[in-house]
Amino acid sequence: MSRPSSLSIHVGGLRKAFARRLVLRDVTLQVAAGEVLALLGANGAGKTTLLRILATLSRPTAGTARILGFDCAREPERVRPHLGVVGHGCWAYDDLTALENLRFWTTLHGRPAGEDRLRAALAQLDLEAAAAERVRTLSAGMRRRLALARLWLGEPQVLLLDEPFAALDQRAAKWLDGYLASVKARGGAALLVTHGLARGLGVADRVAILAGGRIVLDVPASTLTAEDVRRLWEAHAEETP
Amino acid sequence: MSYARRAWIVLWKDLRIERRSKEAVNALVFFALLLLFVFQFTLGADHERLAAALPGLLWLGFVLSGLVALGRAFLVERDDGCWEGLLLAPGDKSAVYLGKVAGNLLLMLGVEAVVLALFGLFFNLDVLERLPALAAVVVLATIGLAAVGTLFAAMTAHVRAREVLFPVLLLPVQVPVLLAAVEATAAVLAGQALADVGRWLGLLAAADVVYLTTGVLTFDVILEG
Repeated sequence: MSRPSSLSIHVGGLRKAFARRLVLRDVTLQVAAGEVLALLGANGAGKTTLLRILATLSRPTAGTARILGFDCAREPERVRPHLGVVGHGCWAYDDLTALENLRFWTTLHGRPAGEDRLRAALAQLDLEAAAAERVRTLSAGMRRRLALARLWLGEPQVLLLDEPFAALDQRAAKWLDGYLASVKARGGAALLVTHGLARGLGVADRVAILAGGRIVLDVPASTLTAEDVRRLWEAHAEETP
Repeated sequence: MSYARRAWIVLWKDLRIERRSKEAVNALVFFALLLLFVFQFTLGADHERLAAALPGLLWLGFVLSGLVALGRAFLVERDDGCWEGLLLAPGDKSAVYLGKVAGNLLLMLGVEAVVLALFGLFFNLDVLERLPALAAVVVLATIGLAAVGTLFAAMTAHVRAREVLFPVLLLPVQVPVLLAAVEATAAVLAGQALADVGRWLGLLAAADVVYLTTGVLTFDVILEG
């Protein structure tokens, strides 16, 4: 159960340092229920670090990060049941089949699903034929689709996605667009880290740019064109933490 | 979802991966065979020397092959971000630990059964006659090895010098188990009844309880890194 809050994600004055290097500097941002925020930024801007703190995989040096009102650093066990995470890895065991991978993760994460539902998840991502195939035989795009099938089965309230469109073909990317729309419709929220400006702008309600460890822009997506975002992004691309 | 079900799914996953890849089994059986040949050539047919050295050699084989098995236990979790998936699983992480221990235990017991049979063959040892007593010693000692080995394997999974650090950490902690196991095995091979090695079995059982409890209580912290 979540704490009463209209904000699904709340980050305030967040700092993260690795040794003496400050990667995030007083980052503040919010994502409301039913909203998708696309977070853009150059390599090394701190996007993945921010995502990992929100995913309870890393602790901030200072400041707060909350998911559905729960503190990510102090209450990770209360945050985790609400999260759907797709990071750089797909969480796929090479010597299990696609179906077995889904069965393992759904059971371990407390949402065991029957064979029909597991197959339905694979079918959504055009992976029916790969159900009995060992994951080591799948392409990078298919592994990514398997990660998205896992996400769909978990029905999470808050999505944290790091480059989710990477390696996806047009059909799978379109599925992800639709899935994000359905998450928004049921009051979920998503923080989407991406380098794909047009794609990010297409699905997001708001766009934020992280540069030099700071949020330098946070505006409604409807106020920007892809060209605006590209220009703004390039203007901040050289800033390093 | 029940604690037992989460432990079971981890065990199911590890066994299925091993059944498909056979990476650990192949490496361990080959390694154990190699040790047997070395022992055979070193000791020759001197039965007196053999009788004195056999329990130690048997456990040397078990421990060295166990080190190979346990050292690999968390490597599969480092690939493709699976460690994150384990970490983000809601609930008590010790279920993951117990699932991993059970998987390692079954793998090690399987290899030990093969090694024991080959020992019988190579050194003309009547294993079958002493099997119940030997099995009790081997199972109790292997639980201890697997319990603490799984914990240290998780602890060193992300360390660069893992191959060096893992045995350096593990072996000193295993001294009570190895001592009791070698003594009990020597007594059983000498023809003593199981009741006569009761105190060694008691020590093994106590070590198992201590190691498993330590693992259950600390695994969460280790997984979080």
